[in-house]
Parts: sequence; structure tokens; C-alpha cells
Amino acid sequence: MSSTAELVQTIVGKHGTRREHLLPILQDLAKEQRYVTEDAMIEVARALDLSAAEVYGTASFYTFLEPVPTGEHVIRICKTITCYMKGKDEVIKAIEDHLRVKLGGTTTDGKFSFFAANCIGWCHEGPAMLIDDKVYTKLTPKKAIDAINEY
Amino acid sequence: MVLDRETKLKKLKEHQTKVNMIFQDQDCGQMLDKCLSMSPDEIIAEVTESGLKGRGGAGFPTGLKWKFAAEQKSDVKYVICNADEGEPGTFKDRQILEEQAAKVFAGMAICSRAVNASEGIIYLRGEYNYLRPRLQEELDAFNKKLKEKGFKFSIIIKSGSGAYVCGEETALIESLEGYRGEPRNKPPYPVSHGYMNKPTVVNNVETLVYCAMIIRMGNKEFLQLGTKDSRGAKVFSVSGDADVEGIYELELGMTIREFVDLFGDGDTKAVQVGGSSGHCVPRRDFEKTIIGFEGVPTGGSMMLFNSSRSMYHVLHNYLEFFCEESCGQCTPCRVGSQQLLRGIEAIKKGEKPPEYLNELKKLAETMKVAAKCGLGQSVPNPFLSIVNNFYEEIIF
Ligand SMILES: Cc1cc2nc3c(=O)[nH]c(=O)nc-3n(C[C@H](O)[C@H](O)[C@H](O)COP(=O)(O)O)c2cc1C
Ligand code: SF4
Repeated sequence: MSSTAELVQTIVGKHGTRREHLLPILQDLAKEQRYVTEDAMIEVARALDLSAAEVYGTASFYTFLEPVPTGEHVIRICKTITCYMKGKDEVIKAIEDHLRVKLGGTTTDGKFSFFAANCIGWCHEGPAMLIDDKVYTKLTPKKAIDAINEY
Repeated sequence: MVLDRETKLKKLKEHQTKVNMIFQDQDCGQMLDKCLSMSPDEIIAEVTESGLKGRGGAGFPTGLKWKFAAEQKSDVKYVICNADEGEPGTFKDRQILEEQAAKVFAGMAICSRAVNASEGIIYLRGEYNYLRPRLQEELDAFNKKLKEKGFKFSIIIKSGSGAYVCGEETALIESLEGYRGEPRNKPPYPVSHGYMNKPTVVNNVETLVYCAMIIRMGNKEFLQLGTKDSRGAKVFSVSGDADVEGIYELELGMTIREFVDLFGDGDTKAVQVGGSSGHCVPRRDFEKTIIGFEGVPTGGSMMLFNSSRSMYHVLHNYLEFFCEESCGQCTPCRVGSQQLLRGIEAIKKGEKPPEYLNELKKLAETMKVAAKCGLGQSVPNPFLSIVNNFYEEIIF
């Protein structure tokens, strides 16, 4: 059995095979594999007795489950107006220069993807970003780069 | 009169001594005991008489929602806590869950007794995943306590995955059932056909905490606060060009003027009340606009803009948000949002004459009535209020 099939089997075993288990399964897969791969979706479809298209259709609806390859760590910087007002653009520029990647892209070494996100709920301490699940607030260009260097 | 920051903070403290329900520590065991000493009807009556309306944005009377759910005959019923908090400018539910999670759980347990529900689900937005381990720990302890006290009710946590529309209650239910978060037609409402097609109460985090406090203390204190249409207090998330930012619980019914005097930087030209999907109030209307269901309702988001800000830019940011977050299910919203965005861009660039704005306004009016859910229906709120009040900034 391939490693993907094994992983899917473990995760499905943990959650169950009913339709309402699909999202928790995909969420765990995204955590383990960084993003939900095509092979994994096919395996999940088999395990839950759904069509692969159905699984893809559900995953692709959700920003955090999008079946597109991403880096090892995902940076999501908030692009809401309040973060903009606190200087989000300078932070984006600094990160772009530091990682040598444009917003929306993934570094060549595959370590970071750099995305924009809608409000992440830290408007009073903007600019704010997430690296994976961790929150960074009151960013300056320097603070943002220091944060990235932790990884 | 422009107050300095110190004076503002002092005044806010005074407000806080008057209103402190959400962040006040409480013994949740006692709350549960009090709840057990009351019959379901008594609980519903207490909440109904408090006049509490939902704090998630739509403002539906909470007591009535519970009553509808209680009247349903079903072997299984659900209580869902809506912790999806995606509205730009809102961050109060996060703070409540960080500081007072047990009171949120208690609110759900009280609701379960009122409507006879057996399962509770917290739908936590994916952006708040970092909260989950700690929440789960607190929840395990709470579930144990529920069992000890004889509740036939337990609560689980489910995560969202980054879709604003999943805050809409029927989209949230679709998402919990493992589908794309596409809103359903209403009616039927979740109180009769909710999660797994069973009667379901969906309430906002803050609403549930007020319920817990109302049961704990009786509804007298709550009734003394606010106005006839907007009882009680509310947690506000303040951001933007503000001297004082953050989360504050305040009595409902203040005017925007009073609010701006407390929080603004002395040069506030507009306040966006209720986030991207809310209304923009310009300076000349500050005195006459009341924060509450009789004036501008809000889920808590208050964004302040001073005169250095371009309202075109603000509107552009909101419209981009809707274009991305529309679930795409219905045409008025999917295409309408994009056309509004392209439309103001075209006017700005001079590709369309200023009169084109009238066409866009008509489109916005159509979206109000033709969009399927609250997302598409509320795109016209920021659009019309910004375009009508800041016409010059949009066309020049
Ligand atoms: C697009 C959209 C997003 C929403 N997002 C939220 C949300 O994040 N949190 C919330 O409590 N209610 C949200 N609502 C309102 C819910 O549909 C529902 O009315 C609310 O959860 C009911 O709880 P309440 O009566 O306690 O306010 C949203 C509605 C719409 C149309
Ligand atoms: S109004 Fe928008 S979000 Fe709501 S159902 Fe229609 S397309 Fe989806």
C-alpha cells in the first residue's frame, strides 16, 4: 500500500466514514501533507464511497483545503482595510524581498507559501498574519522577517 | 470637544463599571445549578423577557428562537455555537473564547435544557485553530461537569476552513455535514430543519454568554440597560483610525457621536458599523445615528476612518472581499459583486461617466431583493451608504 493510502486509512479510521466526517478528514490531511493531494482525494473518495469529483468539489470550496501545492509553511497576511491602514503593504514588500517570492507564490525551495487572507480577527493589532496556525500581530517589516526566521 | 487619550480611557472605565457581563468571572457550576432549578419554560421566559436579540448580526430575538426549537417534536436536537467570526473588523468572539470559554459552554448547556437538545457543536473558524487545544482542554472538564450534574448533553468542537460564508447559519450547517458551505433556502429555518435535518438552535458566541448571565442573575440588570428596541449591552470591536482600539462592552443605544468621542482620533470622518456588510455613517449623521437595532445594527465591528482616508479605497476593499467570499451559488451576488467592483473602477479611470453610478445603484437595489442569502443581500449596505455619502470621492 502506498504511504498516501496508509495515511488516509489512519485518518479515516480516526474520524469515521460518514459524509460529515469529510471535512475533519481533509483538514487532517492538509495538516499532514501540507495540502490535499490528488491521490489523497481519490483514496478518501474510495473510503467514504463518494465520487472523487465530490471530494474535490468540497475541498476546493475552502481556502484552507485548496488542492494546490503549497510550501512547508503557509504565511497568510491579512489584507483587510484596517491592516492596510496600519502599514500592511510595507510588510508585504519586506516579506516579498526577503523570501524572493511574490504574494500568492511559493519559494523555490518549497519552504514557504505567501498568501493574502481576508480578516483574521486582529484588526486592533494590525498588521497581522498567520504562519500555519500561529498568529503574529503589530507587524513591522523587521518583526515579520524575524517571525519568518523562526521557521 | 476632543478628549485626550487618558480622559477617554478614564471615561471608558466608568462605562465598564456600569456594564460588565461578558468578561466577568463566574462560577459555572452555580450557573448550571441555577439552570437545573428552572423548568425549560421558565428559562425560555427569562430569556424572552430580557429582550435579548442575537449578537451575530441579524438580531433575531433569542427567546423566540429557543421557543420555536422547544416546540419541535424530535428525538434529537442540536445547539450550535457560531464561532465563525469572519466579518472584517470583528474579533470579540475570539477574545470571549480566550477568556470566558466556560461561560459560552454554560450558555449552550442552558439552551440545551430549554429546547431539550442532546448535542452541542462549536463551529470554530480555521483562523482560530491556535485556540483549539486549550478550548478542548476546558471543554473536556466542562463535559465532565455536565455529566456529574445529570445533563444529558455534551459539546464537541469542529473547525472551519477559511470561508466567510460559513458564518451564515445554513452554510455553517452544510459545512458541518461535510458539504460545500453553500447557504440553503430559508424557510425552512434551522429551528425546524437544521443539522442533519433536525431542529437546531444556532447562536452567536456572545449571545450565548448573555443567556448564561441572564439565567445566572435574572434579567433585571440586562433590562436596565439599552433602549426599548435594543436591550442590554454589546461587545464592540474597535479598529481603524482610533485613539483607543480593542474590545469593549458598552450599553446599546449610544449615538455614533458619543462613540466617536470615546474612541476616535479627533478627525473621524466616517464610521463603518457592522463590518464590510454593514453601513457607513458619515460625520454629518453622527449625532442622529443610534447604535442599535433602531439605528445602525452591528455584530460588533466598528471601523473608524479619519479624513486622510479615501472612501473609494475603503469601498474597493470591501467589494473585493465580497467577490472572493461569495459562494457563487446565485447570480445576483456572484456577478453583481463583480460588476459593482468593476463599475467603480471604470468610473475612477474615466472609462465610464459618473452617471454610470446610477446604474450600479440600481444593480445594488436588485441584489438586496434577489440574492439568496444575507451575504449577497448585504453587499448593497456598504455600497449604497458609501456611494451616497461620499459621491465625490468615488467619481473623482
Ligand atoms: C454571510 C454571513 C456571515 C455570517 N457570519 C456570522 C458569524 O461569523 N458569526 C455569527 O454568529 N453569525 C454570523 N452570521 C449570522 C448567522 O447566520 C446567524 O444569524 C447567527 O449565527 C444567529 O445567532 P444569533 O441569533 O445569536 O445572532 C452571518 C450571516 C451571514 C449572512
Ligand atoms: S447571496 Fe452570495 S453567498 Fe449567498 S447564496 Fe447567493 S452567491 Fe452564495
